[in-house]
Amino acid sequence: MAHSITSKVFVVRDNIDTDQIIPAQYLALVPTIAEEYEKLGSYALIGLPDDQYPEKFVPEGGMKTPYQIVIAGRNFGCGSSREHAPIALGAAGVEAVVAESFARIFFRNCVATGELYPFDSGLRLCDIVKTGDEATLDFDHDTLTVNGNTYQLKPLGDVRPVIDAGGLFNYARKSGMIAAK
Amino acid sequence: MTLTEKILARASGKTHVRPGDNVWVNVDVLMTHDVCGPGTIGVFKREFGANAKIWDRKKVVIIPDHYIFTADAMSNRNVDILRDFANEQGIEYFYDVIDDPKGHWRFDAAKGNGQRQHGSHYSGVCHSSLALKGHNRPGEILFGTDSHTCQSGAFNQFATGIGNTDAGFILGTGKLLIKVPETMRFFFEGALPKGLMAKDVILHLIGEIGFDGATYRAMQFEGPGVASLTMDDRMTITNMAIEAGGKNGIFPCDQTTLDYVNARTAENGTKNTFTPADIDADQSFIYDKTFDISALEPTVACHPDPGQRKLAKEMGHVALDRAYIGSCTGGKTSDFLAFAEIVRGKTVKIDTFGVPSTTRVLEELKATQWDGKSVWNILADAGVRLTENPGCAACLGGPVDTFGRMNAPLKCISATNRNFPGRMGHKESQVFLASPYTVAASALTGKITDPREFI
Ligand code: SF4
Repeated sequence: MAHSITSKVFVVRDNIDTDQIIPAQYLALVPTIAEEYEKLGSYALIGLPDDQYPEKFVPEGGMKTPYQIVIAGRNFGCGSSREHAPIALGAAGVEAVVAESFARIFFRNCVATGELYPFDSGLRLCDIVKTGDEATLDFDHDTLTVNGNTYQLKPLGDVRPVIDAGGLFNYARKSGMIAAK
Repeated sequence: MTLTEKILARASGKTHVRPGDNVWVNVDVLMTHDVCGPGTIGVFKREFGANAKIWDRKKVVIIPDHYIFTADAMSNRNVDILRDFANEQGIEYFYDVIDDPKGHWRFDAAKGNGQRQHGSHYSGVCHSSLALKGHNRPGEILFGTDSHTCQSGAFNQFATGIGNTDAGFILGTGKLLIKVPETMRFFFEGALPKGLMAKDVILHLIGEIGFDGATYRAMQFEGPGVASLTMDDRMTITNMAIEAGGKNGIFPCDQTTLDYVNARTAENGTKNTFTPADIDADQSFIYDKTFDISALEPTVACHPDPGQRKLAKEMGHVALDRAYIGSCTGGKTSDFLAFAEIVRGKTVKIDTFGVPSTTRVLEELKATQWDGKSVWNILADAGVRLTENPGCAACLGGPVDTFGRMNAPLKCISATNRNFPGRMGHKESQVFLASPYTVAASALTGKITDPREFI
């Protein structure tokens, strides 16, 4: 893992549920099949209402997003248990979601898959930052710097080494919980 | 300890656990379905090897139910992936869409999605099927690759939804690391009055604490009011714990629970030994509140999230395009009977769709006669469009040819459980959640209507 990333941010509001992250009609795609994984990425956040989110997260016809950091309000990832949600974001190229708060299963799935870092900000950054602003996420100090201000994020604690290892299985192997491959 | 703490302590071989502890629990049942099963199987094979065997072939339950009656080729393929895996692993509880274990599932679009296309092993919606087929047992640990897995908590189980990676881990090891949640207690007094249903109770509670009011927490339902609730009522309530962000919802075990579980395990020949968790004198809660359920009024959760609580009687100005009854939450036999009580002998004013949650519900609606007419025909004669193919259908939108899916920006009142934007199809469509009574009354008038006007 790089020690910091700098990228344009994509900003969403409260209660972005898994249907908006990856709408149900794309769930027949199986994430462990390589081409279907890539396809899931191309549909990330396609369920956001167009009138509230005129900017496309993944450009029309593209497979990847120009935004490696997503900033969100309360309860990001609520709704279904579909792992397709963190996977779609990860496959699109997202490294981290910085949200005021997360829904439990989404948070857990980020950790289990190791697809992305779910940072709890406890702050309503979604009111302060705009889509397209450039931000730097510092993984050594758990800070986000944007528009000249630096915000302290809650450290990931116990789950950090699991994501660093690349998810639950790699972590369980490293720590000897299950046999090495 | 609270009910959740007691079950987690037992499953992790400890005498005591506290909220915040991370414990490895032994899993009693893992459920998966056609949307997350193929990915779970993919994770299992990638991590444990192409020839690996699952930890226990009697503890895995596979229930195709989500995208079944659609011509979408990938969805049909996904059911075949489940069948191949069930055969290879010798999984005993696989409720296949077709009867031929070597066959392929292909939906016949020419027949339409109203007419029966499933075989005799098929059951329908996963959570309803877990109960029906005797996979819910008090005191046990159940995980499922579906957020509404919390429904099984009605049976005094610890039950919660997980993703494919966690489920793939369980397939190989039979264990999972979880954090012990804090418990919120909802203490019920009184009994539901005429015209009110369990759905009103849970919509009221979610409105009370907010759509994320139970995030990371267990919701424990207790008190003298529980005795009057049937298992169907309890399932409706625990089903929606996740709509308040809850990790799980749980009821104590009483004679009603035991009668139901003993009947279902006997019927399907599933394991019938279990140890319920009973209520300790010494429990600590992060939230504790008493609710008089006899004082509730018909409740609606408005677009765009389940926490937007309103009373049905205040919402008469909302004109509707569609009504829908079905799903794990609102597609049980008791839900359809309540709906039929209201529409019987009348005609619905808006497009109204009915999807039984399981094949058993379908059979019961056809077999139940009121004045010489089956409830099924009473519904059809009232103008309700019914399908003989039980399953999730339009509850989560699904492929565009799904029965009842909203393919235009319509307003729908629904007996289902979730109403985030786009949930039932078109992303500009709107969903209002309500009890089967309220959905029925609203179907008759074309606007949101308090059902007590019709009772
Ligand atoms: S009926 Fe709806 S809520 Fe229930 S399992 Fe199916 S999609 Fe999920």
